Amino acid sequence: MSAAEQALASGDAVPLSLRGPAPTRVVAGYGFWLFLLSDIVIFAALFAAYAVLSGESAGGPTAADLFDKRHVLIETACLLASSVTCGFGSLAVQSGDRNSTYFWMAITFILGVTFLSLEVSEFSHMLSIGAGPSRSAFLSAFFTLVGTHGLHVTIGLCWLIVMLLQVATLGFQPMVSRRFFCFGLFWHALDIVWIGVFTIVYLGAHL
Amino acid sequence: MSTEIEAQGMAPGVNVHTRGTRGSYLIGLSYAVVLTLASFWASSTDVIYSPGVPILLGVLAIAQMGVHLVFFLHISSAPDQTNNILALAFGIFVVGLLVFGSMIIMAHLNHNMMPMNKLMQMQR
Repeated sequence: MSAAEQALASGDAVPLSLRGPAPTRVVAGYGFWLFLLSDIVIFAALFAAYAVLSGESAGGPTAADLFDKRHVLIETACLLASSVTCGFGSLAVQSGDRNSTYFWMAITFILGVTFLSLEVSEFSHMLSIGAGPSRSAFLSAFFTLVGTHGLHVTIGLCWLIVMLLQVATLGFQPMVSRRFFCFGLFWHALDIVWIGVFTIVYLGAHL
Repeated sequence: MSTEIEAQGMAPGVNVHTRGTRGSYLIGLSYAVVLTLASFWASSTDVIYSPGVPILLGVLAIAQMGVHLVFFLHISSAPDQTNNILALAFGIFVVGLLVFGSMIIMAHLNHNMMPMNKLMQMQR
């Protein structure tokens, strides 16, 4: 036990000035947290655009005509379940358990792909009935907001594949588990953005 | 985690107690499921006074975001999380400015704009 640990265990905390620099994991996590917040600011701008334009359907289909609540509930369930399996996966990463990392992250991946395919089928159905992004200001704002979220999920899935390959080739080095930690933050943050999407876009449409 | 602490010395910002367990993820999941189902129910029911429904949906959404922050992202009020909390507070401030600012400004502009048919008549 080091002197600093002894001091902490005996109750008198080490003065901040004597503790030295924070470990890379903390610094990396904080930096990634700042990135996530700035990403959420981008989504806030898109939410503001949607909130302003949601009524401007230019005589075309309105939000209440287009959106199906049951479809959205299934999408939400997929994303929520994938958030929890991602959490289980990061616990497995922390304990260095390779098999359960693969297992939980594979389930996370499958749920993410299910979410994306549901979203793509919804978009293609809307395009086929002539409700594409060029139809009205409301639909432009809708496709930008929900499409940006879908793009983030797609990038997250690519990242997940890369991380699983890194676990396979590099093992659980501190570097790899740090990246997995950041991936977990990213995935959970996407779920938070989705709460805003389903509340404002899909449930708000039927009020 | 303990190996990392030994390798790099005791450093601030490492909170061994807020890492989360399977149990805490499942508790978070159950809160999130209840809140999600409640907001889907609230949007389609006639039981609630209908002008109050948007406010209820907003409250449920903010509560669920809080649940996700605490149980999934492990944001807490622990002393070593001060930086994260401050960044989060600033993020919420900017988000609020952007969303409500845009909505208020656009509503005012809309209100002050001449109706389109009158505008058309003036152009003739």
